[in-house]
Amino acid sequence: MGLLNSIKKIMGWEAKPAQVAMEKKVEATKEIKPVTNKIKIGHVHMSGCTGCLVSLADNNLGLIKILDDYADLVYCLTLADVRNIPEMDVALVEGSVCIQDKESVEDIKETRKKSKIVVALGSCASYGNITRFSRGGQHNQPQHESFLPIGDIIDVDVYIPGCPPSPELIRNVAVMAYLLLEGNEDQKALAGKYLKPLMDLAKRGTTGCFCDLMNDVINQGLCMGCGTCAASCPVRAITLEFGKPQGERDLCIKCGSCYGACPRSFFNLDVIPEFESISEIIAGALKEGESDD
Amino acid sequence: MIEDPYLGKYISCVSARSTDREILKKAQDGGIATTLMVYALEEGMIDGTIVAGEGDRPWQPKPVVAMTREDILKARGTKYSISPQISWLKEATRSFGLDKVGVTGVCCQMQAVRKAQLYPINMRDVPDKVAFTVGLFCMENFPYKSMQSIVEDHAAQSLGSVKKMEITKGKFWVYTERGNVATVPLKATHKYEQPGCHVCLDYVSNLADISTGSVGSPDGWSTVFIRTKKGNEIWSKAVAAGMFETKPIEDVKPGLDLLKKLAKEKIDKNQKTIEERKTFGVNKALRNPYA
Repeated sequence: MGLLNSIKKIMGWEAKPAQVAMEKKVEATKEIKPVTNKIKIGHVHMSGCTGCLVSLADNNLGLIKILDDYADLVYCLTLADVRNIPEMDVALVEGSVCIQDKESVEDIKETRKKSKIVVALGSCASYGNITRFSRGGQHNQPQHESFLPIGDIIDVDVYIPGCPPSPELIRNVAVMAYLLLEGNEDQKALAGKYLKPLMDLAKRGTTGCFCDLMNDVINQGLCMGCGTCAASCPVRAITLEFGKPQGERDLCIKCGSCYGACPRSFFNLDVIPEFESISEIIAGALKEGESDD
Repeated sequence: MIEDPYLGKYISCVSARSTDREILKKAQDGGIATTLMVYALEEGMIDGTIVAGEGDRPWQPKPVVAMTREDILKARGTKYSISPQISWLKEATRSFGLDKVGVTGVCCQMQAVRKAQLYPINMRDVPDKVAFTVGLFCMENFPYKSMQSIVEDHAAQSLGSVKKMEITKGKFWVYTERGNVATVPLKATHKYEQPGCHVCLDYVSNLADISTGSVGSPDGWSTVFIRTKKGNEIWSKAVAAGMFETKPIEDVKPGLDLLKKLAKEKIDKNQKTIEERKTFGVNKALRNPYA
C-alpha cells in the first residue's frame, strides 16, 4: 500500500482517479439517441457446461456493444436476474435436454413457444456432443440418463456448432439476427443469405460425427484435402494422411464441427466471396462509441 | 475494382518477378509467393505463415508453419500433390502463438480460409488473426500416388532425381537433376486428378488477398492479381521497397486472354460436372456443396 501511494504521489495521481471516473460515468449515461429497437436475446441453459456462455462473454467489448446497441439480454440464469422464460426474439440454447428431467423438457418447450428464433448454441444443443456418451447412474440423479439435442424435442431455426462455439460466430449470428429483425431491406437480405447455411444445418439433422465427412464429403467425391476439418476438431481426432482426413473415431466427441467447417459441406457463393465487405459490416456494427440506430 | 466472371474481383493485375536472386534460384516462376511472404514477415505484417514445405517422401508436400526466411524459402516451387494447409490454421494461433497469420495455398484453400473467417465453426481466433493470404492459380491437384504414377510410370523418371515439375503448354514436364526432360501429355494425366477438384469453381484464387501463377506471363515471370485492400497495401509497399520488377499485364504475352480462356475452360467444365451430379443416379443426385 505504501509503495502504491508513493508511486501515486510521484505521478501526481493522488485522489484524482476517483473524480475522473465519476465524470466519465455521468457522460456515459447521457444517451445521444434513445435506443428503442433493440431485439430481445435470451440464453437458455439446458445440460451443458457453460462453455458456450463463456464463449459469448469472450466477445468482451463486442458483447458490451451488442448489449448497448442491438440487444437486451432478457433471460440468462448466470447474468440476468429473471426467473421465468420471457418472450424473446432470439433464444440461444446451450446444452442438450435430459428427457428424464421434467423441468428441462418443459423449459425447452416453453423456449420454443416464446421465441421467434431458436438458436442451438454449441454442439450439445445441436448434436448432443459429449452428452451423447452419458449412461446415467450418477449421484444425485442416477436416473438422468438420456440426453437429446434440442432438435429432437422442438423445431430449431439456426445451428452454431462448436465445442465451444467460437465467440466470433456467436457475434456474427447476433449481429445478423439484429439486421434480420430490425435492418433495412438490404440488411435483411444480407442477414437472410448469411444465416441460410446455419439454418440448413438445423434442418439437416441432430447427429454430428467425423463420419459426416466420410458420408457426405469424401464418399460424395467432394473432398479436396484442404485440412479445415483437422483445424476445427476440438479433440484433435483428425489427421490428414496423404492429403485426406482420417478420424480417430473413438476420440470423436460427436460435435459436428468438422462437417460444418468443411468448405465442401456448404459454400454459399452469394456470401463467402463477399468476405471483405461483410467483415467490414460486422466490424462496423461493433465499433465502439458509435451507434447505428 | 474490376469484376470478371472467371477471374473474380481484383483491384489490379500485373506481370512481375522477384528481385531476390536467392528466391528465384528455386522458384517455380517469378518467386512472387515466396518473396511476398518473406517481405511481410520481415516487415512485421505477419508473424509466420503456413507454407507447403517438404514432406517425408520425395516431392510430397507437407504443411508447415514457417516463422523464418529460411523456412519460407524451403517451400519454394510447386509440388503437384495435396498439402492440407488449413490443418494448421487454428494451431498457428495457438501452439505457435501467432497473432498475424499468413497463409499460402491453392484456390480451395483460400475458400476454406474465407469460410473459416465468416463462419468460424470451432475456429476461435481465426477470423481476426488471418493477416495475409497469397493464393496460387490451380487447375487441379493430384494424390501423392497419382503424381508418382505420372512421374515414374508415364515419364519414366525416378521421383528422387526430379529437380522440377511443371504443367504448361498442354504437358506435364519433369526435369531431373542430371538434365533429362520428360513430358507426359495432359490427356494421360487427367484420370489421375483428385476427384474433389472437379467441382471447384475457381482457377485464379479469387478469394486471396493476392493471387499469382505463371499463366499469362512470359517464362520466369508471374501474373499477379491484387484483390483486397490489405493485398493492395502490402503489394504497394513491397513494390516501393524494390522487391519486384513489374510490367503492365497488357504489355506481356500471352497476357490475360490466355488466363481468361483457361479459367473459362476449367469453370465451365466443372459447372457441367456439378450439373451432371444432379442426375447421377436414378432419381438420386450427388450432393451439391453450393446449393
